[in-house]
Amino acid sequence: MSAVMSNPLFREPLSMAGAEREIEFRDAVREAMCEEMRRDKRVYLLGEEVAQYDGAYKVSKGMLAEFGAARVVDTPISESGFSGMAIGSAMLGLRPIVEFMSWSFSLVAADPILNNAPKMLYMSGGQFGCPIVFRGNDGAGGQLGSTHSWSVEGLFSNVPGVKIVIPSTPADAKGLMKTAIRDDDPVFFLESERLLSMKGHVPEGEYLIPFGHAALRRQGKDCTICSWGRPVHFCLEAAEILAKEGIDCEVIDLRTIRPLDLPTVVASVRKTSAAVVVDQSWSFASPGSELAAQIHRHCFDELDNFVHRVHSDDVPTPYAVALEQEYLPNVRKICEAVRSATYRA
Amino acid sequence: MKDPIVPMPQVAPPAVATAGTGASSLPVPASTAMQWLRTMHLVREFEVRCMQSYQEKKIGGFCHVYIGQEAVAVGCVAAMQPQDPIVTAYRDHGHALARGMSSRACMAEMFGRAGGCAKGKGGSMHMFDRPNNLFGGHGIVGAQTPLGAGLAFATKYEDEVILGGKSRRVSLSFLGDGAVNQGAFYEAQNLAGLLDLPVIFIIENNGYSMGTAIHRGTTMSHDICIKGRAHGLREATIDGMDVLSVYRDMKALADWCREHSRPAIVDMKCYRFKGHSMSDPRKYRTREEEAHHESNDPIITLERRLTNAGVLDEARLASMLKEVREEVRDAVAHANASEPTSASELYRDVFVEPWGRYTGSSLPDYMGGATNACTFRATDGKEGLV
Repeated sequence: MSAVMSNPLFREPLSMAGAEREIEFRDAVREAMCEEMRRDKRVYLLGEEVAQYDGAYKVSKGMLAEFGAARVVDTPISESGFSGMAIGSAMLGLRPIVEFMSWSFSLVAADPILNNAPKMLYMSGGQFGCPIVFRGNDGAGGQLGSTHSWSVEGLFSNVPGVKIVIPSTPADAKGLMKTAIRDDDPVFFLESERLLSMKGHVPEGEYLIPFGHAALRRQGKDCTICSWGRPVHFCLEAAEILAKEGIDCEVIDLRTIRPLDLPTVVASVRKTSAAVVVDQSWSFASPGSELAAQIHRHCFDELDNFVHRVHSDDVPTPYAVALEQEYLPNVRKICEAVRSATYRA
Repeated sequence: MKDPIVPMPQVAPPAVATAGTGASSLPVPASTAMQWLRTMHLVREFEVRCMQSYQEKKIGGFCHVYIGQEAVAVGCVAAMQPQDPIVTAYRDHGHALARGMSSRACMAEMFGRAGGCAKGKGGSMHMFDRPNNLFGGHGIVGAQTPLGAGLAFATKYEDEVILGGKSRRVSLSFLGDGAVNQGAFYEAQNLAGLLDLPVIFIIENNGYSMGTAIHRGTTMSHDICIKGRAHGLREATIDGMDVLSVYRDMKALADWCREHSRPAIVDMKCYRFKGHSMSDPRKYRTREEEAHHESNDPIITLERRLTNAGVLDEARLASMLKEVREEVRDAVAHANASEPTSASELYRDVFVEPWGRYTGSSLPDYMGGATNACTFRATDGKEGLV
């Protein structure tokens, strides 16, 4: 707990003191789920291949053995059905964690996850909430082709009533997942398949990271780069390259896009007077376009240039490795955007 | 390995309504049957006043009335226990009233007023009643069927995993015959069969999905229980125009589902006397067909039965009707007098916990804010940035 008390919002990197332990992103997510399932019997996990198979991506490995088949529930390939079923159970007071093997598959469950979960509390006049976590892989980069490479935040962030969490590090994944499970509202927890094997320091034991609090990943004075999820790592890489060119970047990891930590972003942009938003969803009507609009509004007088945006290209996700890498918000595109935003192009 | 599913024998229910005379000929105490009659009249009168209020533009949006199907909601609710969860579709006023929602709260919801069951934020299609375990009217056809499976999952989980006992509740999920063709319904049935969920899917088979006759939209429409047979569900075909049959058959089915923690499907034969909604000229069916079914009015059937049993006479019926009309008149008056839902409700109930860090503005600032000033304040000690 001491790490939490001294650093309640985890804006700074977690203390490495004490038991230094590096685990994979998937282990961090699992640790959060297991701790919460031990704490609260109302929490259960369901989804395709989560139990006997140990998880398609091994996120739920070993959970069946610990918690049994009543609480780690294998479902058929039936996203619409099991999402709706989990929502019904949440209305009655359980706290389901629904694993989508890929968020791309959630599209066949659009009605329950968008029409039921986020609206239940409202249309029942506050009578029935929906404390549920939907989690799974989101985003492109694994050569999975057009239909399996969705960045669903581009679609789902438009809907009121959901909280959207997109962690970029194992430590954040654990702390944010625990918060998600304890949250009384529907939470969409978007993991990146490309990050699941990434290792990082994750404190043992209890800690929760509140939603709506960005992390400052790098301090700088010339340009603010805002991102979330996997592209945060590309931003940090770009910042190192740009530093050699004399452009000192500040990198903000939003961690949740609903709620959105606008104060942190605004304070940074008022300092640097330049902003680049990096978002792996498509550009049209996206979280990135929303953030850019908000920066324009709140930093209108301080900005030296319009807010530059880096997205996935506005085409279906290609399969070929070179094309897919070109399509994604990559280090080159981020460097170009920062140079342009700071008039160093 | 699951137990093999033994199909329920399909027997045509004997016509209860023709059996014997005297109060002892009733399958339930006379006072209970009289209560059902009153509730059926209440639903009928409520719906008549809804249609009037709709014409007067007191009620907006869509409005789907339940006239003709009263025996279904009343009989099904009577067959269940109060702790059994119920979820239904958009033609939901009858279920709400049958489950015990006050006619005042129901009508005020129709009027979109603060005194409505959902403070006017749900409307006609979204009647929710937590104290009475009514988990909503739901507007998207078939979407409530996975929810119904989920309610059963939750009661079973609570009873078995959390309390360590035996599953003891059964959920009802109502749907129309139009919802039978939605994919969500098949997924719900498959999950219910697979996970041994005590849920009964009651298909209120009134023969039409909006204006499409069942045989024009549904294969095997003469035997829609076959849809459940494919998933190992126990099945029953019930005369939904006779509340005594509905009660008796539903009670037997619910007892079985409770005992075995298994799902079931019901082909509840009924007829919708009015159009699909208020804007339906009913060109897809003949007036003769309507007259034929209206001669089988579930309310008249029960009245006849109660009269034959010596429980009901003209005076008692008149007094019941007077009471019901007064109750509904009072509900309309209450709805009219109820405050319009305040604008301060607009942002309430979006989340259980408020955002917390946004203060001083009725809108979260990142959404555009009610004011031009940057009014948010961080709760982590960083004061507002303005």
